[in-house]
Amino acid sequence: MLAVIGQSLVNGLMQGALVALPALGLTLIFSVLGFVNFSVAAQMTVGAYAGWLVNSQLQWPFAATLPVAFLAAGLVGVLTDRIALAPVRAHSGGQAPLMVAVVSIALNLAIESALRFSFGNDLQSYDVPVTRDFRFAGLLLGPQELLNVAIALLAAVALAVFFTRTRLGKAMRAVADNADLARLKGIMPNRLANLATFIAMGLAGLGGALLVVTTNVDPSTGSRLVLIVFAASVVGGLTSVPGAVLGALLVGIAGELSLLVISPVYKSVTAFLAILLVLLIRPNGLFAGISAVRR
Amino acid sequence: MITYLVFVATLAGIYSLLSLGLVMSWGQGGMTNLGLVGFYGLGAYASALLVGAGTPVALGWVAAATVAAAVGGVVCLVTRTLRGDYLAIVTLGFAEVVRLLELNETWLTGGSNGVSGIPAPFKASLGVAYPFAYLGLTWLLVLAAALLLARLLRAPFGRALRAVRDDEQVAAVAGKSVLSLKVKAFAIGAGLSGLAGALYAHFTSYIAPDSFMVQMTIYIFLAATAGGVTRVSGAIAGAVGVMTLLEGSRFLAAAIPAFNAVQVASIREFCIAAALIVVMQIRPEGAFTSRNQMAGHRG
Repeated sequence: MLAVIGQSLVNGLMQGALVALPALGLTLIFSVLGFVNFSVAAQMTVGAYAGWLVNSQLQWPFAATLPVAFLAAGLVGVLTDRIALAPVRAHSGGQAPLMVAVVSIALNLAIESALRFSFGNDLQSYDVPVTRDFRFAGLLLGPQELLNVAIALLAAVALAVFFTRTRLGKAMRAVADNADLARLKGIMPNRLANLATFIAMGLAGLGGALLVVTTNVDPSTGSRLVLIVFAASVVGGLTSVPGAVLGALLVGIAGELSLLVISPVYKSVTAFLAILLVLLIRPNGLFAGISAVRR
Repeated sequence: MITYLVFVATLAGIYSLLSLGLVMSWGQGGMTNLGLVGFYGLGAYASALLVGAGTPVALGWVAAATVAAAVGGVVCLVTRTLRGDYLAIVTLGFAEVVRLLELNETWLTGGSNGVSGIPAPFKASLGVAYPFAYLGLTWLLVLAAALLLARLLRAPFGRALRAVRDDEQVAAVAGKSVLSLKVKAFAIGAGLSGLAGALYAHFTSYIAPDSFMVQMTIYIFLAATAGGVTRVSGAIAGAVGVMTLLEGSRFLAAAIPAFNAVQVASIREFCIAAALIVVMQIRPEGAFTSRNQMAGHRG
């Protein structure tokens, strides 16, 4: 039994580490731009397809496909944000964030439909060598999965360094904290908005690619995972970078542990329950107070 | 051809009910219900299962609306102290959970096979006239719901609700019970969606999880916003418009043989999504008119 629980913990952490990337993207956009961007789901799929195209169709090595996934989702993210969301965002008024959220869900459907038009409904898989799982301390570990987790952690650390060490990162945190004050200091919120969207959607795309490497991709890949991503972000309080990562790990573990008692088909229900639970007990997230993007 | 038109017209009525529900919770209450399709499915299954177990059809419909409204009230309560964004997330998650339950609780819902043979009221005695009778009944309900909503929104309740939508704090200072107004509005919206679901179930006599796809939420948002999201008459016009667009594009797409079925469906979905984006962009003041009507003013 202990071994089973241990294995669940490991699986949950691995899944959580990958989900953390799109959750970070969601958190970043909510912090800097102030709205919930549902099109994160479609950008995960964009990244997954971009990676598949160069890896499986062009036969690029796996390592080279990841920057492509990041860039593709980041660029599509900024482009669609400028076309679809920015004009709605420009409307003032208290309802603006909600309106942008609704438009972003339409945008999500538009991107997903475009992908379905281009690639069809077939499942596509990456061309990576199938490797044997190895045993470590009684736990089954897959080399590809471990590599994925390492990449995800690297990306998260890079983001943290960006926020704390670089001028642009600090400026972005200033905008998240108080856009008007940041403007007085000569920071251009508009240009930072593009950069934030690029990084956020890039992370979503990278996460999407990593999540499908060992399984497969179809146009609904992102939409199927979106509830888990949102749960991670909400558990983390929607504005906290470490919160999003910890939230993702927690939701990942909760999802895997739940499999011990409920049917796998209800795995995403645990994500929904996590959202409800956090909203009922600690609406600002479990880790409120620890270094938010918006301090 | 007549059969087809009657079918589409009935469906337009059902969409109108959904759209009216959204006008109530979103247009007038400012709350985003992205789980619309969940409440729709809830109503459909509730009525189909109850009537299947021997409950009279009328009672099944009332139950469908009540269940959906009650669940809607709870969902709204859970997010009471939080920004509207959270309600959007929770409702979206709710719809997904409903879909999973529909799909996997096979003992109750039949799983992906769905529920078939849902009794149609008076089908045997009406014979050929049945589709027309159901069409009439549907639109009668739409009319009743529209009149009721219009009356409710002109009443103090409606004014207070709009005040809450535009500024919760000001409304609270003015002595309005913000939470109760929001929960009521959201529950009414959800209840209308549930009723629409029940109508759909007994209309097609067959429901399955596939009948309640997330895309429908977008269709209804388009219907409600295209008609001017705060207006009752606009919701109905919008629903008819969206139905025309959906069905019309079916013929148009079939005329282009270069694409396969999946691609044609993708184009339709894309057009609906793009239409919603455009509609939301071209209303300079946003979808909500922030102007609040004075007491006694018939707006």
